[in-house]
Amino acid sequence: MTDETGPSLAPALEMRGITKRYPGVVANDGINLQVRPGEIHALLGENGAGKTTLMNVLYGLATPDEGEILLDGKVVTISGPADAIARGINMVHQHFMLVPVLTVAENILLGDETMANRIFLDRREARRRIIELGRRFGFEIDPDAKVGSLSVGWQQRVEILKALYRNARILVLDEPTAVLTPQETDEIFGVLRRLAGEGHSIVFISHKLYEVLEIADRITVIRRGRVVGERLPNATDEEDLATLMVGREVQLTVDRGESHPAEVVLQVTGLEVRDDRGQAAVKGVDLDVRAGEIFGIAGVAGNGQDELVEAIVGLRKSTAGRISLAGQDVTGHSPRAMNEDAVAFVPADRHRFGLILSFPLADNLVLTSYYRSPYARGIVRDPKAILRDAAVAIERYDIRTPSATVRVSTLSGGNQQKAVVAREFDRDLKLLVLDQPTRGLDVGSIEFIHRQVIAKRDAGAAVLLVSAELDEVLEMSDRIGVMYGGKIVAVLDGRTADKNEVGLLMATGGEERSAATAAVTA
Amino acid sequence: MDITGLTNGLDGIPVLGLVFQLAGYLIHVIPPNGPNIMQQATPLALAAICGVLCERSGVVNIGIEGTMLAAAFTAWVVGVAIQPFFGAPNPSDIFGITLPLLIALAAAVGVAMAISALHAWLSISLRADQIISGTIINIAAAGLTGYLNQLISQNSPAGAGEFARFVPPAALTNLPVIGWILAMLLSQGPISISVIVLVVGTQVWLFRSRWGLRTRAVGEHPRAAETVGIDVIRVRYRNVILGGVFAGLAGAFLSIEATNSFQQNMTAGRGFIALAAMIMGRWTPIGSFGAALLFATFLQLGQLINIAPPSGQLGSIMGSVPPQLFDALPYILTIVILAGVVGRSTPPAADGQPYEREAAS
Amino acid sequence: MTGRPAPSGPARARRPFLTRAWAVLAVPIVVTFLSLLLGAVIILASELIVTGRKFDPMLWFTAYSALLQGAYGGGDAIIQTLVYTTPLVLGGLAVAFGFKAGLFNIGAQGQFLVGALGAVVVGVALADAPAPLAIVAATVAGIVAGGLWGFIPGFLKAVSGAHEVVSTIMLNYVAVQLLAALVSGPLKVPKSPSPVTYDVGNAAFPIFLGDTGHIGIILAILAAVLVWWLLFRTTWGFEIRSVGANPDAARYAGMRPKLLTVATMTFSGGLAGLAGTSVLLGVSHSMTSSFGTTVGFDSIAVALLARSNPLGVLPAALLFGSMRAGAGLMQINAGIPVELVDVLQATILLFLVASPVLRRVLRLRGVQAGITESGQTTALGVKPAD
Repeated sequence: MTDETGPSLAPALEMRGITKRYPGVVANDGINLQVRPGEIHALLGENGAGKTTLMNVLYGLATPDEGEILLDGKVVTISGPADAIARGINMVHQHFMLVPVLTVAENILLGDETMANRIFLDRREARRRIIELGRRFGFEIDPDAKVGSLSVGWQQRVEILKALYRNARILVLDEPTAVLTPQETDEIFGVLRRLAGEGHSIVFISHKLYEVLEIADRITVIRRGRVVGERLPNATDEEDLATLMVGREVQLTVDRGESHPAEVVLQVTGLEVRDDRGQAAVKGVDLDVRAGEIFGIAGVAGNGQDELVEAIVGLRKSTAGRISLAGQDVTGHSPRAMNEDAVAFVPADRHRFGLILSFPLADNLVLTSYYRSPYARGIVRDPKAILRDAAVAIERYDIRTPSATVRVSTLSGGNQQKAVVAREFDRDLKLLVLDQPTRGLDVGSIEFIHRQVIAKRDAGAAVLLVSAELDEVLEMSDRIGVMYGGKIVAVLDGRTADKNEVGLLMATGGEERSAATAAVTA
Repeated sequence: MDITGLTNGLDGIPVLGLVFQLAGYLIHVIPPNGPNIMQQATPLALAAICGVLCERSGVVNIGIEGTMLAAAFTAWVVGVAIQPFFGAPNPSDIFGITLPLLIALAAAVGVAMAISALHAWLSISLRADQIISGTIINIAAAGLTGYLNQLISQNSPAGAGEFARFVPPAALTNLPVIGWILAMLLSQGPISISVIVLVVGTQVWLFRSRWGLRTRAVGEHPRAAETVGIDVIRVRYRNVILGGVFAGLAGAFLSIEATNSFQQNMTAGRGFIALAAMIMGRWTPIGSFGAALLFATFLQLGQLINIAPPSGQLGSIMGSVPPQLFDALPYILTIVILAGVVGRSTPPAADGQPYEREAAS
Repeated sequence: MTGRPAPSGPARARRPFLTRAWAVLAVPIVVTFLSLLLGAVIILASELIVTGRKFDPMLWFTAYSALLQGAYGGGDAIIQTLVYTTPLVLGGLAVAFGFKAGLFNIGAQGQFLVGALGAVVVGVALADAPAPLAIVAATVAGIVAGGLWGFIPGFLKAVSGAHEVVSTIMLNYVAVQLLAALVSGPLKVPKSPSPVTYDVGNAAFPIFLGDTGHIGIILAILAAVLVWWLLFRTTWGFEIRSVGANPDAARYAGMRPKLLTVATMTFSGGLAGLAGTSVLLGVSHSMTSSFGTTVGFDSIAVALLARSNPLGVLPAALLFGSMRAGAGLMQINAGIPVELVDVLQATILLFLVASPVLRRVLRLRGVQAGITESGQTTALGVKPAD
């Protein structure tokens, strides 16, 4: 590795030649990484490039097959998370590692408890330290609040406090901004700069180019388990990083082409829906989606988007309002009735809703049509017809699989999602509802799915796209609705919408800035 | 059963009057039977605490029934085996404690812990389906105790006797209003009398101690616990095995405190009723104890109605119902409560889910 | 065989038949062998420690050969074994069918009893009616009664989320009391010294094999084939397996998990009820208050050993049926209590659930170890479907 700035300081953390193999994959292949004290070091790579594996190795969650880890120039063996924490390494995981039913204080204490005696916790002292630590980094936090009741932005702060409570010297953040609004992202960036200023070393894992350019002091790019380049932010740009990350020139934005909106297909008026706990989640939504357009819904996760789409496709009962499809009232129709009305749905959680992982691929491809001709006559199934059509779908949607009869759990995430897309897209549609259709996929699969969605739109389907990735909504949508607190607070033109404007709407609903946000910047 | 006769009879009776009669009957019979209700509640409460400890850490244990049965058998059979070596029993003044009884108790707890360790191994290390693992423990315990009991009973041996009950001072039990509650809690043998202490102890332990905090975290979100350096597997093992102590006490209570004998399948579903009590008590020791008392009251009433039926119209109605249906009452009540309460009672989020240490990616 | 439609033709690997057979059968065979071994140790140890009789190092051999002779020593014994096996097949199917839908029907015991109760009520009432009518009516009554006893926990689960494991076990106890109440009450033969019902007369199953081989044997085999066909060849079976494997995805696919839960439990209860019916109409012909005690729990063992495959239930039931049939002679010849069969059954299950370890130790390859389709327990008290 060439060190462009010279050996001015011993690296706080150095990983040398890290190799980690899993059956069938080399997740990390001789990776080198150096992080200096007080540096924000970005680790850039797309989903599946091996970033998370590398950090699991650092955190003792995975044992490397080859290579060594040095802290302050000394070789160490990290036996597990407890060991890593003891050495001052802390990680903020992409999916928050917080226990929702426990309080902020309990979550922060967990694993490194402040004790009153050998058995019992010293909850007063812990509370005092947490409040003090929060103030030092500019926010007031209630140690007794249940974590499950906090917004994702505040949960992120609890995660960071958790690390600081343990005197972290090296802080690893895995995709920390994935669920945040641009404004929340800025606030977190402020906290990170402050930490770096105090001498903490920060590893910032991301696949978002502009973020990395904004926050990082240095950038290491990995692809397919190897380091493919190191850059300084002022000596590179998005195109350069994108090419490094993907390995070929990529179009940073999809060419969505011209849309030709026609008649209204989906019309939602005054819709109200409750969540699993019986709380109002959708509080009076009006929207309409026309044939031949993509209507994107932007919003911070948990503002009622999931409940909205579940109500539209019939998975959830609405408590008030009306849903109509091509002029017909379909309020309260079952998922099957909606399906038969040419409505397709790609759910957010393909493992929970979209697929039956223990079933063969062929059965998953007919999951919504198994009872119809030609797959069944009466109640008797026809395996021949199922396998024949499966072979066609595998070919047409480029699903990489050894055969149609393997369990779908053995396929990669991208191929699993292609199976869902194949099932849902492979017919004429009036309405296509997509909830987080590309979450966690590699760039190739994302491009593929985006192209298919645009093709469906151009074929005259109305498309409703929900995504927590603001970038995806901005790239794909012809119109954008911003969802906040269970309502659509604004509808914008997809081509002219400004990212910061949308972000602000997502964070505040367009009203006065919330007290929480104000507290941070105060 | 003559249903028409039953309803015809009802027509002539004002329902309100019946309710008063029932209330009067309950007030009449429950306080004097307090100690008996506590006897019924003891194995339920102890088994429910076992369930709380397991499930709070994320392990479903429906093998409690079998664990109790094995412990009951062990306590009795160890007493049988060692009694000859100790000569004539010389019970101490407090609780009638003898050395053989203590050894029997220790053996019962030890066996229950061993069985719990087996359940832990199957469900935590092998990641077997936890309900199936528990069912197998139930079948194995019933089979093995039945087989050995058949062999041993051929010689109709004598056991080591039983623990005696504490006799609280009359000054306490004669107190107005609370006197019968004190009698209920105190006029008990050593296992039963310690229930109240164990309930409060585990409650405090679960919500105020380090182990308790870690247990709850592991049962809710094991991955999160792992990332802060907690050994999820070890926490679960400890909890399940510790839970075995309580199941062991519950079993020993049946064979060397409540009685001094062992009968085939003497647990009679108490391990399962305890699980319903645990759910009704929202996975807390104190709540479970309250639910156990409720179930115990019904178990006791099922017997009382046959022994000392209420007088008057209420009595004649109850008299026309086959006595077996009163015996079935606690089981029906369990189902009703399970169906009524469960929707509002949320178990630990990771309850019943095996934990794999390393992410696959 | 795993829980998926058999892939046709080219998709299936062309391994030699014996290799494939071994992959499926290795674990059950090894497990049974190890259990018999452990059983021998238990026999010797308990003789040595517990009974104080003169120690006979070959007692285990005496016991097992008596067991074998009791089950297979001659035509009558074999027929008797088939008779013992019949309710185990039906009960095993009941439990296996529930497993496929992700439901653990521990209530086969109660459904067995209530099914027999239904059969005896109608059978006694029609004791003098023409045989075909009496038999069909009593059998249907048994199935319906068992189905009703399965419907209750299914309904409660669908409506309130009450976990079927606890509610079915509770219903087992209720069934015992109900049976006792009826047999010693309204159904009792007046003036009889002990609680017993009248004989079912013409409703009794005809004997077609030797002295005891009743038509329930054929019914059981037909039921196994029917259940297999239902699960793996029909859309209804696909829905049931889908709900078992992933209720959320099933709902998304337009299936109705709650309805399927109720239907599955009812059907499962019907099978267990038929098991009870087959014993009542085929063997006992009347009911005492101590009717049929172990079939329900044996059924769980059968379903587990068969890995919930309806056709696998046949050999699994035969294994346990043979043990039950031979146990009597074992007790007479070797003085070993019949309860040893319970112990053997339990050790078979223990080894079975620990089979991942066995595979590692014995270097066995083959089908996955999962017992239920989903392989995932849900917490007691949660409602997994929506």
